[in-house]
Amino acid sequence: MRFLTSGRRHKAARPLLLLLSLFLVGAVYAAVSPATSSSAEGVADAQLVAAGKNLFAVNCASCHGLNAEGLAQQGAPNLTNVGAAAVDFQVRTRRMPMANPLTQAVPGSKTIFTDDEIKALAAYVASLGNGPAIPDQNQYDPSNVSAEGAARGGDLFRTNCSACHNFKGAGGALPNGVVAPRIENTPPEQVWEALRTGPGQMPVFAAGAIPDQDVQKVIAYIKQVNAAPSAGLSLGGLGPVAEGFWAWVAGIGSLVLFAIWIATRGTRA
Amino acid sequence: MSEQKNLPVPDPGLEEHEHRFTDVNEAAADRAYRQIVGMLAAVPVLVLAFLFVYFGVPKDAELVLFGANLQMQTTLLGLTSGLATLMIGVAAIAWARSLMSDEEIVGERHGAASPPEARERVLADLETGIEASGIRRRKLLGTGMAGALGLIAVPALVSLADLGPWPTPALRAETIERTLWAEGVRLVNDVSYLPLKASDLEVGQLVNAVPETLEKIEDGTAFQQGKAKAAIIVVRMDPNSIKIPDSRKDWQINGILSYSKICTHVGCPISLWEQQTHHLLCPCHQSTFDLANSGVVVFGPAARSLPQLPITTDSEGYLVARSGFTVPVGPSYFERDSSKDFKEGDR
Amino acid sequence: MAKPAELSPASPAMEVRTPPKDPGPSKLAGPATWVDERIGLAKLMSNIRKVFPDHWSFLLGEIALYSFVILLLTGVFLTIWFKPSMAEVDYAGSYELLRHVRMSEAFSSTLSISFDIRGGLLVRQIHHWSAMLFVAAMTVHMLRVFFTGAFRKPRELNWLIGVGLLSIGLVEGFAGYSLPDDLLSGTGLRFVDGLIRSIPLIGTWAEFFVFAGEFPGTLVIPRLYMVHILLVPGLLLGLISAHMALLVYHKHTHWPAPGRTNHNIQGYPFFPIYVAKAGGFFFIVFGITILMGALIQINPVWLYGPYNPSQVTAGSQPDWYMGFVEGAIRIIPNWEWHVLGTTWSWNIFLPGVALMGLLFTALAVYPFIEAWITGDKSEHHLLDRPRNAPNRTAFGVAGMAAYGMLWLAGGNDIIATQFQVSLNNVTYFMRVAVFVVPVLAFIVTKRICLSLQRADKDRVLHGSETNIIVRSPDGGYSEAHVPISQGEAYSLTRHPQLDALPPNGEKLGRTRQRLSRWYADGQVPTPTVEEIEAAAHHSDAPALEGSDTAESGVSH
Repeated sequence: MRFLTSGRRHKAARPLLLLLSLFLVGAVYAAVSPATSSSAEGVADAQLVAAGKNLFAVNCASCHGLNAEGLAQQGAPNLTNVGAAAVDFQVRTRRMPMANPLTQAVPGSKTIFTDDEIKALAAYVASLGNGPAIPDQNQYDPSNVSAEGAARGGDLFRTNCSACHNFKGAGGALPNGVVAPRIENTPPEQVWEALRTGPGQMPVFAAGAIPDQDVQKVIAYIKQVNAAPSAGLSLGGLGPVAEGFWAWVAGIGSLVLFAIWIATRGTRA
Repeated sequence: MSEQKNLPVPDPGLEEHEHRFTDVNEAAADRAYRQIVGMLAAVPVLVLAFLFVYFGVPKDAELVLFGANLQMQTTLLGLTSGLATLMIGVAAIAWARSLMSDEEIVGERHGAASPPEARERVLADLETGIEASGIRRRKLLGTGMAGALGLIAVPALVSLADLGPWPTPALRAETIERTLWAEGVRLVNDVSYLPLKASDLEVGQLVNAVPETLEKIEDGTAFQQGKAKAAIIVVRMDPNSIKIPDSRKDWQINGILSYSKICTHVGCPISLWEQQTHHLLCPCHQSTFDLANSGVVVFGPAARSLPQLPITTDSEGYLVARSGFTVPVGPSYFERDSSKDFKEGDR
Repeated sequence: MAKPAELSPASPAMEVRTPPKDPGPSKLAGPATWVDERIGLAKLMSNIRKVFPDHWSFLLGEIALYSFVILLLTGVFLTIWFKPSMAEVDYAGSYELLRHVRMSEAFSSTLSISFDIRGGLLVRQIHHWSAMLFVAAMTVHMLRVFFTGAFRKPRELNWLIGVGLLSIGLVEGFAGYSLPDDLLSGTGLRFVDGLIRSIPLIGTWAEFFVFAGEFPGTLVIPRLYMVHILLVPGLLLGLISAHMALLVYHKHTHWPAPGRTNHNIQGYPFFPIYVAKAGGFFFIVFGITILMGALIQINPVWLYGPYNPSQVTAGSQPDWYMGFVEGAIRIIPNWEWHVLGTTWSWNIFLPGVALMGLLFTALAVYPFIEAWITGDKSEHHLLDRPRNAPNRTAFGVAGMAAYGMLWLAGGNDIIATQFQVSLNNVTYFMRVAVFVVPVLAFIVTKRICLSLQRADKDRVLHGSETNIIVRSPDGGYSEAHVPISQGEAYSLTRHPQLDALPPNGEKLGRTRQRLSRWYADGQVPTPTVEEIEAAAHHSDAPALEGSDTAESGVSH
């Protein structure tokens, strides 16, 4: 379940990190890309798992071990029971592969794998044990949630999510440099996967307590509350701290400028 | 401080008045005049626009401004009325600055104190008045009146004693020292009231839960008061990775533990749980509790461990409370000695 | 407003010095006589040509005053629909994302003001922005008064009234923040519940009295409503009236400049200049506040949701003016005492209750302590330039630094997420910074003040720099200086010197003597007549005095 490292090492020099990730990208494309992308469609499960195993050996095994058993001193967790959903979430959001053990896996801009490669990796990890599968659309799709359902989703959101992710999903602080990320625009599928697999420090919210229908309601609420028009610029949804900042800068600032204009003498002849 | 008698540089006196452009140049004055009238003329236009928005723009219309999706009605009502108000102000200031006479004038200051004669006269009047009142001869009048005036505040103050019920030990035991939890009460999911099956909980899972009895409380106040104390979090951790003291061996099932959701600092609800470190953070003042170690404080201003709710399963496998909380939840208070609450190192 | 036709730009305005020209029979005579015969209008209006000095910093208090007026106006509008009730209702208004969620009538009526009343949301936002500006303007006004020494005799009582206004302004703001019964206001109330409970001896009693029993109860919002719209505004109104009355009685202070003394006041007449300027400024403050309400969202309660005691959001903060208390509560170590079966929650009481008491007590006693140290009993109507009172200025900056550190600590989670640093490290840093930074601020500020004094002295003795490099006959280069005007030299040298109290003059206590010596120590003495003359002779050669490039003469 614990996909990301809880290592306590601090950030290495940024240039080094950049070089490493560049190297990784290059390595992945050189080693794997031609082999799988052309033949992924229509192959049998066994082939998919085999392709995934290859990908895993190249991209993941250095930390998680050749058989995904994890490596404690790297902070890399055992992956035998995390399931396909966790792989899909971590790799698709570019949290994984991590270039370096950090405090927290942070999402990158774009995954370095193709859809087929992600499927193969997920199929391989899923074949190792029991864990949630990649969800079907009917598990997470919020389009059938009624207006009342979305309001109920809001109640669930404020009870279970806003403590870390803030009242509209703008994110928040956790101890020791960990942050709860912004989730205003997270795709529904990834919200579902995050709830079920508990990435990083986030707890699991399993179906026994929050069934799929409730997850859909929460997703519908996040979508609708962020799509609704605001009553002015929303200051990043950060609450009273940002408001106080603007009261001083925009309010007192502009009024002092006016006061200076009022009290200075105009040009003299 | 020495009063400035012998200044190193003598006071040259007030500077000579210099005329403004608008004082000497009729064209400049006319220009300023036209600008001010122009600003005042913008006001009726903006007021008309305000009326148009008020009656013409529907509540749900949207407006994209600076890349943000705004409520059109609210924004435009504010822009029109705000600009109109601002125009009036700017016009008045511009008038004062450029067209009203700007010859500065000088006024005299007098000390804040009254002239000595006046002070003496008032003192004399006071003396006369005191003498005339007879208070000097009949001394008890003064003391009696002062005492009576002081005492008349007593009824006023005492009438406030019913501001709220008195927190006697008996009342405290009924209120802040008691929650809805009792033996056999099921733990249910907050909001949906789904009962929790021990076998459904996964390692790393967090459930925000309440007692099943909460749902049946009709009265809004009792509901809020009940929930404010009874809210809990249920977490499941790997039993091998946590410390369970001997006295709490049977307060949990297979690493499923339950704690009060109410911070022991000032009472914020806390549920920011890190599933790998097992730390629980309060979003209000960042007190951090270790749920893998009976809820002891590891950081922040909270002084007491988070109260743990003893739980077990019923015959159907659902989680139920083994008893109520063994200590009051929420912030400490004066009358209760909390030194015997669970601390790091207790067994 | 005045009748514009009567205003001729050429009309003299020197009434105080010269009798006014006869403007002919006034068109206002008829109605004015009617009113005067009934209420003695002429006596009431005898002051309409009262003099007010002009300076931007004198308008800061006006911002606070106008914000208060705006609060009254918008507040009345809001009371038309707001229901201060904690009874639970089933919300069926037009904001769909909260339909059928359990909420109080207070919250539901706030939603209806926001979504069903046209302009209601705008007025709510104006009201809230205005409240932020009210306290902010009071704060900057107070800082202006502090740093210029305007609190000195005879204005100490007005300073005390100001401290009172600021402190109950905070109470007013907090009560208003709590009324909508949204998640943040409920979290704030719960915080106050814990705060009250922490008071030694009477904590639980005070708690049960304020909340009429156990938190949250049913009465706290109706009670806060009474406090917010009746009790505190009434007090504010009374104190503001007294503040203004004393301002008019004392006449405004003014900055030192040629011709301005402790015994006169120079400026523009109240009517018509200040009627136009102050009136115009009211509309500007109102206009800016409306524009802020139109363009910047504030307190979006529908996003926070109704108060629910088991919910909370990341970034739960009070409004800015309670931020320093919040910060102190976040960084205090977890001290709790157990004495004879009782618990003393210093971790809440010290930063919460005691800190506020400390702040307002320190503000209230400062004028008296300073006067005690300096032994100064004279009246002051000329303002100090902050550099000429280095200890006071340094003390003020140190206070601001401490306040600022607490303020930052109150947003430690936002700092952690926005700047990607560890929340715990921010907290540890602040625990130290709140004591160290003010001390550093004091030392640095005092040094800067003394340097500025030295620069002033240089300017008086050697004139101002011209940026012109002159080559002397023997090949040396130097920058030419022009003497400054007599007016400027006067302004730079007229401030009284701080004197230490004479030893054993009047049986001074040791502490007082030592403090007084410390307070006066280090100042740069203003140049003497001899020094100025010597410098003038010395600088004859390189200076450009008398040449065509000199920009200003010595004097008028």
